[in-house]
Amino acid sequence: MSALSTDRTTVPKRKTPRRESAGPLRYALLCLVLVVSLAPIIWPVMTSFKAVTEQVFGPSATLIPRAFSLDSYRTLFAQVPIWQYVRNSLFYCALAVISQVVLASTCGYMLSRKHWRGRWLTNLLITITLIFPFEAIMLSLYTQVRAMGLLDSVIGVWLPGMISAFNILVMRASFVSVPTALEESALMDGAGEFRRFWSIYLPSAKGALTIVALTAAVGAWDDFLWPLIVLRSDTNFTLPVGLATLQSSFGFDVKVVLAGAVVALVPVVALFFALQRFFFRGVESGGVK
Amino acid sequence: MPASTADSTVIERPGQVVHTAQPAPVRRSKSRPQLGAERFRKWWTPLLWVGPSVAALIAFSIVPFANTVGLSFTDARALGGPVRSVGLDNYRILLESNEFRNAVFNSILYMLIAVPLLVMLPLLVACLVNGTFRFGGFFRSAFYIPAVASTVVIAIVWQMALRDDGPVNAILTAVTPIQEAVPFLSDRWLLLFSAIALTVWKGIGFYMVLYLAALANVDETLYEAATIDGAGPVRRFFHVTLPGVRPMMYVVGVLSAIGSLRVFSEIYILGGPTGGIGGQDATVPFYIRNVGLAVDGKLGLGSAASVMLFVLTVGFLLASQRLGSKAEE
Repeated sequence: MSALSTDRTTVPKRKTPRRESAGPLRYALLCLVLVVSLAPIIWPVMTSFKAVTEQVFGPSATLIPRAFSLDSYRTLFAQVPIWQYVRNSLFYCALAVISQVVLASTCGYMLSRKHWRGRWLTNLLITITLIFPFEAIMLSLYTQVRAMGLLDSVIGVWLPGMISAFNILVMRASFVSVPTALEESALMDGAGEFRRFWSIYLPSAKGALTIVALTAAVGAWDDFLWPLIVLRSDTNFTLPVGLATLQSSFGFDVKVVLAGAVVALVPVVALFFALQRFFFRGVESGGVK
Repeated sequence: MPASTADSTVIERPGQVVHTAQPAPVRRSKSRPQLGAERFRKWWTPLLWVGPSVAALIAFSIVPFANTVGLSFTDARALGGPVRSVGLDNYRILLESNEFRNAVFNSILYMLIAVPLLVMLPLLVACLVNGTFRFGGFFRSAFYIPAVASTVVIAIVWQMALRDDGPVNAILTAVTPIQEAVPFLSDRWLLLFSAIALTVWKGIGFYMVLYLAALANVDETLYEAATIDGAGPVRRFFHVTLPGVRPMMYVVGVLSAIGSLRVFSEIYILGGPTGGIGGQDATVPFYIRNVGLAVDGKLGLGSAASVMLFVLTVGFLLASQRLGSKAEE
């Protein structure tokens, strides 16, 4: 699991970058993988900009639209509460990121400290919960959330997954690797527990924190089975649930559904490109900026 | 959230009074904690830090799991009503049910096909993009995009692309001898294979990053030594790269296997809410949802299926651990 950590300290820097022979064969293979990776992203983007009358399927269909048109997006925004879906999804993401970051860092921090009562028990609890597959407890979670009166609400979607044991372990691992010399100096200054956590440990664990935040955001944006179970009314749907309903309901043009898909794809891809610098920090062998 | 307000009482700055329900306010600076053996001034201070997480994990993992095990011995219904204990009846029904056996078969087949592909393909892609070369960063980022794209959204796109008159069939008729539309979405096996292809396509980027991290730790000098000894790229791959990333291959194998036991979205979108025609491509999570949460779902039977999924997962984990320790020898 330590490979997930992007801290600069965990990956020894390569002193002399290996000379790569990036010949034509390699680029040919790279381009092949590139086409396979991006075709399912490019096709819906292209198709969503086709005019209502243009063919999507059949032998006469082309990849690039004959005429660029925003018709599908107009229909989408006029007839589907897509903004409501986006808002619900963003709300779910925000809640998930905040709870995961706050809880995983505080709990992970204390687990990286030694000598306190209950530490062993907490570790055991976290290890046990790590092996429960969510699908194996979702029926009981459903009855629990129903009993709390939280069915059909984004809060009900978020609450059971507010903290993941895995993220606690990621944060603990990164706090453990903080050099103790830093802390010794803080102890001399008489800094309290929270002060030490806030001004020494947390800044050193930025890489792991980014991973936790990013996986929480992408996980919430991607989540489908649980929101599908909890949410009932159209106005409370998150994007995946809303789009799945859109896809299975007849009467909507394929281009409109694909426009919805593009709306859901753009933010995550943009977020990834904004954060990719942090993301690949640990794995890039240098040079590429 | 009352738990988090409790958490904030830990904010202790020198000279600042700590507000708690405890009698005497404590000043932090009075006696310094010792290095090495840390002591907390109050035994419950650490509990304030871990409390909210522990409470959430108990409430939303331990309790529902205990609840699931309990419900699996009853005839509870989703809408409530009197609950009667039925002993092991639910498990007997499950083992005799063709639907459930089919779901277990689908899930295991899914795992047997997806895992080897997800262990090998991302490694090959990682080797392809590893190192410093022109456009390397671009390729690495581009290959990761499928991993951040939402499964449901991509499945919707695939569902349209794989239709009988969709672009995939159009390309097949144009460049291969196959002239009839391939029924990717209606055939019992092709639908399952299409879903597996989707899982693999989405997983390549994610596991590629794990492999890149592992490759960065492979000793450079081993490659140099192998090259001096006259080993070509293929031999270097088998004799230097593979042994170097073996622990990561194990991690990827376990992660992707657990992931394939949980597959739901791919089948739901590609095959429709029933899971293929007549539910023939349903996986275990699919079965759990359809049985337990139908209009008046059989919560007891669904819980028994949940316990079976848990047993399947844990059984796999234990088996893989044995395999893993054997491979180490």
